Amino acid sequence: MTGVRELSTDVLIIGGGPAGLSAAAALAPRLDGEVVVIEREPAGGGIPRHCDHLGFGVRDLRTFVSGPAYARRLESAALQAGARIRVGSMVTGWTERRAAEVTSPDGLERISARAIILATGARERPRTARLVAGDRPAGVYTTGQLQDLVHLHHRSPGERAVVVGAELVSWSAALTLRQAGCRGVLMTSEHERPEVYRALSTGGRLALRVALQTRTRVAEIIGRGRVQAVELERIDTRARRRVACDTVVFTGDWIPDAELARMARLQTDPETLGPLIDTAQATSASGVFAIGNLVHPADTADVAALDGRAVATAVLAHLKGGGKLPGHAEHDPPTGPELLPGANLRWITPGALRPGTPAPGGRLSCRPRRDILLPVVTVSQGGSIITRRRLPWPASPGRVYRIPFSSLSGIDPAGPAVTIDLDRADRRRARSR
Amino acid sequence: MSAGAGAGGAGPGAGAPPGRIHDLAVIGAGVVGSAIARELSGYRLDVALLEARGDVGDGTSKANTALLHTGYDTTPGSLESRLVRQGYRLLGDYAGRSGIPVERTGALLVAWSEEELRALPALRQKALDNGSENCEPVDAAEVYRRLPSLGGGALGGLTVPGESIICTWTTSLAYATEARMRGVELLLDHRVEGADVSAASTTLRTSAGAVRARFVVNAAGLNADLIDTLFGQQRFTVTPRRGELIVFDKLARALVGEIILPVPTRMGKGVLIAPTVYGNVMLGPTAQEIADRQATGTSQQGLRQLMAKGAALMPTLLREEVTATYAGLRAKIDSDDFLIETDPVQRYTRVGGIRSTGLTASMAIAEHVRDQLADAGLELAERDDLPDPPRMPNLGESFPRPYQEAERIASDPAYGRIVCFCERVTAGEIRDAYTSVIPPADIGGLRRRTRAMNGRCQGFFCGADVQALHDSRGSLST
Repeated sequence: MTGVRELSTDVLIIGGGPAGLSAAAALAPRLDGEVVVIEREPAGGGIPRHCDHLGFGVRDLRTFVSGPAYARRLESAALQAGARIRVGSMVTGWTERRAAEVTSPDGLERISARAIILATGARERPRTARLVAGDRPAGVYTTGQLQDLVHLHHRSPGERAVVVGAELVSWSAALTLRQAGCRGVLMTSEHERPEVYRALSTGGRLALRVALQTRTRVAEIIGRGRVQAVELERIDTRARRRVACDTVVFTGDWIPDAELARMARLQTDPETLGPLIDTAQATSASGVFAIGNLVHPADTADVAALDGRAVATAVLAHLKGGGKLPGHAEHDPPTGPELLPGANLRWITPGALRPGTPAPGGRLSCRPRRDILLPVVTVSQGGSIITRRRLPWPASPGRVYRIPFSSLSGIDPAGPAVTIDLDRADRRRARSR
Repeated sequence: MSAGAGAGGAGPGAGAPPGRIHDLAVIGAGVVGSAIARELSGYRLDVALLEARGDVGDGTSKANTALLHTGYDTTPGSLESRLVRQGYRLLGDYAGRSGIPVERTGALLVAWSEEELRALPALRQKALDNGSENCEPVDAAEVYRRLPSLGGGALGGLTVPGESIICTWTTSLAYATEARMRGVELLLDHRVEGADVSAASTTLRTSAGAVRARFVVNAAGLNADLIDTLFGQQRFTVTPRRGELIVFDKLARALVGEIILPVPTRMGKGVLIAPTVYGNVMLGPTAQEIADRQATGTSQQGLRQLMAKGAALMPTLLREEVTATYAGLRAKIDSDDFLIETDPVQRYTRVGGIRSTGLTASMAIAEHVRDQLADAGLELAERDDLPDPPRMPNLGESFPRPYQEAERIASDPAYGRIVCFCERVTAGEIRDAYTSVIPPADIGGLRRRTRAMNGRCQGFFCGADVQALHDSRGSLST
């Protein structure tokens, strides 16, 4: 191809959201070399940029600010640390030697790097992928699109909305709708209870005047041109009713934006199809790391940011060890046992232990299949139970559940695969202990 | 390079001056009507193309399965068989000249039961009778060698090397664009509500005023029988047959090297799996006869049925995300063949019963209609001043797209500004759509012209930006 610029750098971070920017801020001061962040949006910051409400930065910055303010702080921290952030540039694929193919208004580039960090995030599963039947009228959104419309383009969504899902992000959508002047909001969830802590959902409902209907799915969308109604179905009785609305927001049900990971032929988690990582956040390809909601779709922004901070050590070790070029020898560091999800978990990450390296943020992230009010984590290896431990917070299928990494302290790092599961606490046994 | 500014004719939607009598009015700017208008505008004729909707190719044409058929399984000796075979060559050639993406993938017809296996020799004979001489039977091992991801239980197959995939949206748009460039008056939002046939001309009463023409072609697709009644005729009834389709993520494309066909049954060609020119994989269509001519929504039952079928045909396909679901209505009539007839007294041609093969056959249908019109007295004098065919913006993955073209970005950085990340659609392409000969009327029209918002995120990332570009008619100041 003519006119393609060949460039090389030390660390290439793909995705300038909380994870990527935090990785850049952590790496740049500690590295005698260049850190480049490639961001396809016109500004860095990722999804928080569109979330114009408070609640960001608790775990990483020990603060409580709005999404856009948080995005700006992460971006300036990365810049001050000496990283380069290239916005409006998109990685569209890889060369055979795993150099990134980049398109921007400046032209085409091939950027090779000694280490690559994938931080491409997650997106909400849209209506089509949820196989919701009906017409294809305007007024059907995901939270991402809704917040983009309202906060960045200052458009008004509609008068009466149905919010599908009752996760944290669903409340964010409800908040956006109320702020934009939408009068009625009905929230539906397929699960038994709203998928965030009860205190928040009760408070949220009162403050936002949102009606909530659980064990309910959207069966069909009605309306040509513009949404006129949705047909709701009770999961237990199959009873249907039609709810008039002009806006439907499909929220949560996050899937990793893993196209680049897949194109790089990295090993993937069988459930999320996102890249598999070990506790050092290294993927199956040497020198390629994956962090943030790309590997745990989708936890809060601050947790993704903590991943970014944590990855710096492993990346530096890779570079110092003369780290082979990405994409050459696979699996340069020997990994420990696989970490597998038990029957009650859809997935767990990291998917393997790297001996001597704790998981980022001192936690394993997983997605429970059902509500468990008083969960017990069970860690087993080679058929025997190593640990059973009560965890103080409830598990819900609507959000990422965090299991302390210390739950693995009894396992044999040289042993076979480890299975981690959550169960309902057996009350009698729990009491006798 | 996109098509340049239109030459000749009033802008889309402009009413005809009072008293003007066109030589020909074509009702319906779907793929067939647009092909007819394009063909007849190659002669010294004043042609109007009327469309009830606000865009060309916006009815049933947009939801076609987008296969370029060889016609191997049509009924030998039928009009459909002849026109599909002719159209296959004509459109294949035109696609190359105008930039309509076509991929010559070939197809494999797979037998899943002893009964289907026994049907293969007859199908091969039928293919031979239809002039498809290179269809070969293959055993189960060869089926799995060609399609390693295919579900278990295939017993054998028949190759159909000529079957191809094409972009149905670009096809309609290319015909209509060339028709406009040749001076055809495109009358959008003109729903025909009445017809008054007099000795010298016919007055079509439309939702946007009267249009007069000496000759009229009815290519109204799903509503062709209703138009027929306006002419006091009732030669056929359209029974819409809904076909629902599921489009899978591009990451599934590697699973499907060619079109995977079932053994056809009485109800149609059955559920197939095909790559798309956009790099996705399509599963469908269902076949359900319905009463409502506007029921283009998907159904819970239809989608479930498709997913169950897909699970059997190719279990690994279902691990990938669904990108889109949609439904199209085939304009099925009470006859097994295309129905194309001209009444010389009324100077009226009906084009009915054009089913999914109509996309492939479109240019041959247009020539056939041309010949019938000539027989009915329309004078055909060839023009020597025809513009070159338009060069349509490429929507296909097997040809370079603007975001991959360094020189193009260097000359205009808007082609390096990717707006729709999933489909890699640039601000330059969106702008071009609005300055093209037939600009989009709505976001749906923009999607069909650029692929913007057609990708896996369905607008999560770019929806608001695309909406803003639509509102500014592609202006890049935002």
